[in-house]
Amino acid sequence: MNKRFFIGIAISLVFYGVVQALISGEILNDFYIDTLVMLGVNIILAVSLNLINGFTGQFSIGHAGFMSIGAYVSAIMTTNLGYSFPLGLLCGCLAAAVAGLIIGFPTLRLKGDYLAIATLGFGEIIRIVWLNNDYVGGAAGLNGIERVTNWSWIFFGVLVAVVVIQNIVKSTHGRAMISVRENEIAAEAMGINVTKYKVIAFVVGAFFAGMAGAFSAHYFYGIAPTSYNFMKSFEILVFVVLGGLGSTAGTIIGTILLTLLFTYLQDIPEWRMVIYSMILILTMIFRPKGLLGNVDVTKFFKKGGASKNGGTTTTP
Amino acid sequence: MTFDYIVQQLINGISIGSIYALIALGYTMVYGIIKLINFAHGDVFFVGAYTGYFTAKAGLGLILSLIIAMAVCALLGVIIERLAYRPLRNAARIVILITAIGVSFLLENLGIVTLGAQAQGFPDIVNKSTYTLWGDVTIDSIQLIVLVVTVVLMAVLQYVVHRTKIGKAMRAVSFDMEAARLMGINVDTTISATFAIGSALAGAAGVVFAIMYPSVDPLMGVIPGLKAFVAAVLGGIGIIPGALVGGLLLGVVETGVQSIPGMSLWRDGVAFAILILILIFKPTGLFGKNVREKV
Amino acid sequence: MAAQQQLLKAEKVSRVFGGLKAVSDVNLEINDGELVGLIGPNGAGKTTLFNLLTGVYEPSDGDITFSGTRVNGLKPYQITKRGAARTFQNIRLFGEMTVLENVMVAYNMHAQHNLFSSILRLPTHFKGEADMREKAIEFLKIFNLESKKDEIAKNLPYGEQRRLEIARALAAKPKLLLLDEPAAGMNPQETTDLMNLIRWIRDEFKITILLIEHDMGLVMGVCERIYVLDRGQMIASGTPEQIRTNPKVIEAYLGQEV
Ligand SMILES: Nc1ncnc2c1ncn2[C@@H]1O[C@H](COP(=O)(O)OP(=O)(O)OP(=O)(O)O)[C@@H](O)[C@H]1O
Ligand SMILES: [Mg+2]
Repeated sequence: MNKRFFIGIAISLVFYGVVQALISGEILNDFYIDTLVMLGVNIILAVSLNLINGFTGQFSIGHAGFMSIGAYVSAIMTTNLGYSFPLGLLCGCLAAAVAGLIIGFPTLRLKGDYLAIATLGFGEIIRIVWLNNDYVGGAAGLNGIERVTNWSWIFFGVLVAVVVIQNIVKSTHGRAMISVRENEIAAEAMGINVTKYKVIAFVVGAFFAGMAGAFSAHYFYGIAPTSYNFMKSFEILVFVVLGGLGSTAGTIIGTILLTLLFTYLQDIPEWRMVIYSMILILTMIFRPKGLLGNVDVTKFFKKGGASKNGGTTTTP
Repeated sequence: MTFDYIVQQLINGISIGSIYALIALGYTMVYGIIKLINFAHGDVFFVGAYTGYFTAKAGLGLILSLIIAMAVCALLGVIIERLAYRPLRNAARIVILITAIGVSFLLENLGIVTLGAQAQGFPDIVNKSTYTLWGDVTIDSIQLIVLVVTVVLMAVLQYVVHRTKIGKAMRAVSFDMEAARLMGINVDTTISATFAIGSALAGAAGVVFAIMYPSVDPLMGVIPGLKAFVAAVLGGIGIIPGALVGGLLLGVVETGVQSIPGMSLWRDGVAFAILILILIFKPTGLFGKNVREKV
Repeated sequence: MAAQQQLLKAEKVSRVFGGLKAVSDVNLEINDGELVGLIGPNGAGKTTLFNLLTGVYEPSDGDITFSGTRVNGLKPYQITKRGAARTFQNIRLFGEMTVLENVMVAYNMHAQHNLFSSILRLPTHFKGEADMREKAIEFLKIFNLESKKDEIAKNLPYGEQRRLEIARALAAKPKLLLLDEPAAGMNPQETTDLMNLIRWIRDEFKITILLIEHDMGLVMGVCERIYVLDRGQMIASGTPEQIRTNPKVIEAYLGQEV
């Protein structure tokens, strides 16, 4: 286990080096870098939401709210207050985690659909707070944010998010979370502190959503409240569900497929959302467990050797 | 703040609240019967508004526009259920919910592709006149229409649910689908009827909303849809009178907040704050009964 | 049996659901090492009493003392930590987890490694996980489930699911094991085996067992003492012989298949 973990890390570092070399050699142009950043941000969002929804079974659709906190807090730190990006990033993540804690607690009593709509409500409230705050530009948002995020930041961000979440999931703490998802009453009867694990899932999930927010804010120059409405939360949820809830590899693959699809449909902007929604509906009807439902991709990779698992399937 | 001012805000609140109530009824009826938060419901509302827009442009009057919009939406609701939800009736809840989100995206974006993202002005089909009740308190013809439409549709709905065979079937299915099936009730037909009725109400709401604001656009259903959903939860989702009370209450509170100087931008926040407070302190809504999982 | 220590005591415990008094003024005492049965007709309130004892529901009234401390209002996991584990009438396994993982969940509350050591993959994490795994496998061996350790729990046949649920509860190292109709849905042969297993568990692990069962013959055969619940009231208690001849019990079961 120990060994596989480090081999995975080593392979992904090679992947990182190759891409970095391609970027330095100007073989990959801006379009590709944009796509890589988008992919990275979306993977962090999806993998972190998967901890809450997929593993712990807490139906949350307010992830864009946590993302916005990371984006705004980091941007305030760097742009309004002049601190460095790493500090801004850290504060963004922590602020989002605190929001996860605050939202996690009261909503813990809720289950299923009710929890879903409460998180949706929280997400919207966060957005409305930004919207009504002149310090952060109101509806226009914050502009003139310096572009700091680059391939290195994104790569290591994804790596940290995936490794941390996988390390949680593949441990007694992860099993406790999954047991909560599988049968909350039985989990509690087996001595699992259900509240504690739900809160951990929310806090860790929010932390990384904040990270994704900070990265995207510091790549696309500006942020505005509308980018973080419940549509965005749905979008993240779709990444997770399409790949397969409760499977990190599935989530990552689902995210990559959808993000690429989105990028390639850019030429027909009017139709791309139509196609996107059709794919979503058809997937749900014909593969309700997600594209990779019931297929354990990690096994798949193990057998085929380490042929092409890039920076994403690092951990067992 | 004078008494007249408060009464005026109350009238304004009730008229927007009536629209929320009409939409909320569809959410509540569908949830009551198949336990699905039908996120596409707000988009049925937009289709209703557009149908009204086209019939009004074609020179049809209010009543005909309403009827046609309701028919179109009823059909749309039935088709959505038939194609997207029925194949998933035994799937996990999250799967159906996501399908509903997909249907919502699909309707919105098909709308944008075919109708354009631009808002269109709604033709004048009612003469806007304002009546003074007393002092500074006024009510305009559109508000009156909204109230009349809501009251009439509510009365019809009450009749259908409590007095007709299909209404009884609806109540039976929402109480216990399996038992209803065993008793020989055609569950599929009943669910279709529920979607038809709920969607028709949303269609009517769409038309009156469009007359009130006077404009239509493909994303117009998103926010009212969400608000109506809050209203349904507020009243106790699955409970028909709850949707009415929830809608009216939400409309009044919202208008109240908006009328406080400096607070107008927080109007939408209030709806969600109410949502969360209700969920935390009385998750089953004002009229709901607590149901606990049996161990 | 000399100088037995009291393990569980319920005093005038009641629970109301809406207007219905599902459990009313129930007294119950269980000593260390006993094997006690709880019987009663359908809907008598047996499961509800279990839920009260294990913290799933809070009593509307009365006191519950476990191991010398009052446990009213504690959460189920806190009561489990104090040493009471249970099974459920309607099996509640972690369906999508493997057999081994189901048992490993029971060790979470004794975990030596915290979240951070798992995230950082510190040596304590690896040691803690390996320990858990080893212990869980030992346990599965006892229950003849070792060969199935990597199977998904929901795919097990019914009888094995029941056994797994008991194994999982035992893995929590309880002082008191509460079994809610463990033989439900089993054929006579399986039931006999199960009863032998239960007695063996009590002797081997030196624990106390409280068990709900419908099958009277079975309860009479295995339990040393029996409580009888009817319509929320404890109508009798005593040795199997006393219960068999108790007119109140006979009346309660009259018209029911015994
Ligand atoms: N959560 C609850 N809400 C409302 N009523 C309940 C609840 N749990 C149990 N009851 C009621 O309490 C009474 C006792 O139920 P309980 O399940 O404890 O009976 P039981 O003795 O275990 O019966 P069985 O032999 O059928 O398992 C029943 O009338 C039941 O309907
Ligand atoms: Mg029972």
